[in-house]
Amino acid sequence: MAHSEAGGVMTVEVQRYRPDVDDTPRLVSYEVPWTQDTSVLDALNYIKDELDSSITFRWSCRMAICGSCGFMLNGEPKLGCEQFLRTYAPGPLRIEPLANHAVERDLVVDLEPFMTKLAAVEPYLHPDPTGTPEPGNLQTPEQMTRYGQFAACINCMLCYAACPQVGLATDFLGPAAITAAVRYNKDSRDFGNAQRLPLLDQEDGLWPCTFVGACSTACPKGVDPAAAIQQAKFAATMDWATEFVMPHHGAPGAKDGGHA
Amino acid sequence: MQTVRVDVAIVGGGGAGLRAAIAVAERYPDLSIALISKVYPMRSHTVAAEGGSAGVVGEGDSLEKHFNDTVAGGDWLSDQDVVQYFVEHATEEMYQLEKWGIPWSRRPDGHVNVRRFGGMSQPRTWFAADKTGFYMLHSMFQTSLKYPQIVRYDEFFALEVVTDDEGGTERARGVLAYTMRDGYPVLFEAGAVVITTGGAGRIYGSNTNGAICTADGMGMAYRAGVPLRDMEFVQYHPTALPGSGVLLTEGARGEGGILVNKDGYRYLQDYGLGPETPLGHPENKFMELGPRDRVSQAYWHELQKGRTLETAHGPAVGLDLRHLGAAYIHERLPLIVELAEQYLGLDPVKDVIPVRPAVHYTMGGIRVGLDASSSLPGLYAAGECSSSGLHGANRLGSNSLAELCVLGKVAGEQAGAFAVLDPVRPSIGVRSRAADVADRYVAMMGAGTEDPAAIRREMNAAMDAGLGIYRTGDGMREAVSRIAALQERYADVRVSDTCPVYNTDWTQAIELGHMLDVAHAMAASALAREESRGAHQRLDGFDKRDDERFLAHTLATRDAQGHPVVSYEPVVITTSQPATRAYGAAGQAPGKAATAETPTIPKEA
Ligand SMILES: Cc1cc2nc3c(=O)[nH]c(=O)nc-3n(C[C@H](O)[C@H](O)[C@H](O)COP(=O)(O)OP(=O)(O)OC[C@H]3O[C@@H](n4cnc5c(N)ncnc54)[C@H](O)[C@@H]3O)c2cc1C
Ligand code: SF4
Ligand code: FES
Repeated sequence: MAHSEAGGVMTVEVQRYRPDVDDTPRLVSYEVPWTQDTSVLDALNYIKDELDSSITFRWSCRMAICGSCGFMLNGEPKLGCEQFLRTYAPGPLRIEPLANHAVERDLVVDLEPFMTKLAAVEPYLHPDPTGTPEPGNLQTPEQMTRYGQFAACINCMLCYAACPQVGLATDFLGPAAITAAVRYNKDSRDFGNAQRLPLLDQEDGLWPCTFVGACSTACPKGVDPAAAIQQAKFAATMDWATEFVMPHHGAPGAKDGGHA
Repeated sequence: MQTVRVDVAIVGGGGAGLRAAIAVAERYPDLSIALISKVYPMRSHTVAAEGGSAGVVGEGDSLEKHFNDTVAGGDWLSDQDVVQYFVEHATEEMYQLEKWGIPWSRRPDGHVNVRRFGGMSQPRTWFAADKTGFYMLHSMFQTSLKYPQIVRYDEFFALEVVTDDEGGTERARGVLAYTMRDGYPVLFEAGAVVITTGGAGRIYGSNTNGAICTADGMGMAYRAGVPLRDMEFVQYHPTALPGSGVLLTEGARGEGGILVNKDGYRYLQDYGLGPETPLGHPENKFMELGPRDRVSQAYWHELQKGRTLETAHGPAVGLDLRHLGAAYIHERLPLIVELAEQYLGLDPVKDVIPVRPAVHYTMGGIRVGLDASSSLPGLYAAGECSSSGLHGANRLGSNSLAELCVLGKVAGEQAGAFAVLDPVRPSIGVRSRAADVADRYVAMMGAGTEDPAAIRREMNAAMDAGLGIYRTGDGMREAVSRIAALQERYADVRVSDTCPVYNTDWTQAIELGHMLDVAHAMAASALAREESRGAHQRLDGFDKRDDERFLAHTLATRDAQGHPVVSYEPVVITTSQPATRAYGAAGQAPGKAATAETPTIPKEA
């Protein structure tokens, strides 16, 4: 195997917080044995099975696709199941809940604000009002590339943890919700642009973003939410400009004419 | 305990649960729907499916071929009326997903592309890169947000199906759950209940399943008196990473990947799947595209012969993609590239990837009919937790995602119809009994002495050893007694955590209880089946299929002591009489794999 065989025992510090007992969170240290393919999620499961069964964190797929296991690892947002202790050797490794989120318990954060924002941008196809072709729409591979990358978002919230604006403007839709809107706006099968744009084009919708780009750096799936936000801003600006010159800009035919 | 009244309560927010919820909402817009899930829906394990979803499309393929592949693949244990319904509706469901925005992979002309898949005689697997389940789940989840009547109860952990026999017949009256976030029990009083809780792979040590695949819904139905059917049929996937069990999609072989032993030899040709197909030219039903059970069994034989590779996590064989070239690998199999790099530090463009079989799919489950109803009036099931009769003794890859859609929709519509005819009625009796049950569960927190992690590990070891790819009577008896002993220890399971919110020590203990019950049903069902069929292969003199005695579904019903009682029911056969299940060159010989419908025509290769 390509990785050099390594291993040992690492000090892993985990932020613990039990809401009905603790006033504030605290870091607790655990000694965790590891080998070259021990993931951070494996380490947490070792702690839960062997050292303290009350430690609480979310996980399921352990293959970086369900989006459950986002944590701050030594201060950076990462998926625990695709990070390995070998990267943090000799330690210590510090595991904390995702930044910019309210902590429910230990490493479990509050996802409800995001779920509300996601639903708010109408992240589903608005079909052609004149009817959908049967048995289904045609879409060329080229048309797919316009939104493909934005459709790969796993809602892991690493970008929210990385974004300085999410912490400041609590109503900011944030990278993944805006990306979801842009994903549909740029889909040749979708005709919901006119409904979605006003949702984005609000003071707290998309405009708090200052193009730091931290979201795209943090994203484990190459989604590039910063690019999505940029395209949405451009579309919103264009929309505002076209308001004066062509009142029917929301018509279906406008789709391939460069609308986001 | 809080009480919520709804028309239809759906337990599970994966592909099957979401499809059922949307079906209720579209068919019966006035009904209220609770979608109850222990994880946010987009975390459900449908997200992990890579390869694709079946549906007949295009020239050269036909419903009859899909039917025959499914029935033969299931070693004639499928209910053929269900298979017929399924193949007739799979394609329209794939187009339905298209209209809900799934990014199906396309041909240059904009039409949907399909790929080959193991055990399927024709390319009919619809795919979205190699993340089909991910796209399917997110498309359905996001579409579900359109319907205000679908009210989600995310991170609500379902505990039991609530039943009642007011009026003479026992029926489902709702679901008792617990909100993990807020920390109290909630009774959903419902006109109809649909269980869509997914598979049970975590019963085994080496598996491709996520943490949530713990048999909860099967356990809940079983405890409510509903039989579990065909539980001995557990599918191994031939290509998982040693150690973690993370899956490398069968699509990798459909695209031309080959399996080699430690000598670089394509060993599948030694096990009835040959002759060897040319590199880069995979052929359906031959070699690497043989059905999963056969491919996994061949691994076992190679292991016995000492021809496997050694890795840090035990023996393995090699998945070799190198001849496909960097561009093709990156375009068609991006997830494989990511997984190999992350988990093994290997590059499939340059390196052979070590793989081995791991438990993947439970063919059996909650027994339901073609209308998705169980034997308990008002209780429905769909998806991997159910035994619809579709998969028989062995599921063909890409039939299960399609099943979530086809039968998830049926479950939603039928549950909706039931709730309309027999609407939810509040009952003091039901509420007070549910409150007692809730108290009993909550009392587990801070009680007990037996280490749950130890019980879980021993259960995994017992099942890996006794109910693996090949089985013997002694091995299975041993598994039955080990599981029964663990169930006794479980009665005093320790839950140290006393915190009311996000108490995963407690939820894991409850999951463990379901897994033990279901493991017991699996082991007892397997022991009783004295033949070899599909995924149930015996080495102790019962190494042939025995249609005389066992062309029948196994039913496991829970007795008063909590032990499984095994009985049988007939398989529905309409047009295809049992024949030899042949692949490779043997599958082409006239007559050999013929069915009643095609008595003299050679099978498609
Ligand atoms: C790695 C992998 C790859 C696969 N690839 C393919 C493929 O290419 N093609 C194919 O056809 N099939 C494939 N399969 C099989 C297929 O993906 C699954 O059978 C299917 O997705 C199961 O869907 P489901 O809706 O039944 O369950 P899941 O998607 O597992 O959903 C179960 C739901 O039930 C909920 N739940 C469970 N217990 C409780 C409880 N106690 N209380 C509340 N909620 C609960 C969970 O929260 C979840 O929402 C694959 C499977 C795996 C593991
Ligand atoms: S955009 Fe990337 S980082 Fe943000 S939620 Fe989606 S996958 Fe995660
Ligand atoms: S466990 Fe699913 S993303 Fe890490």
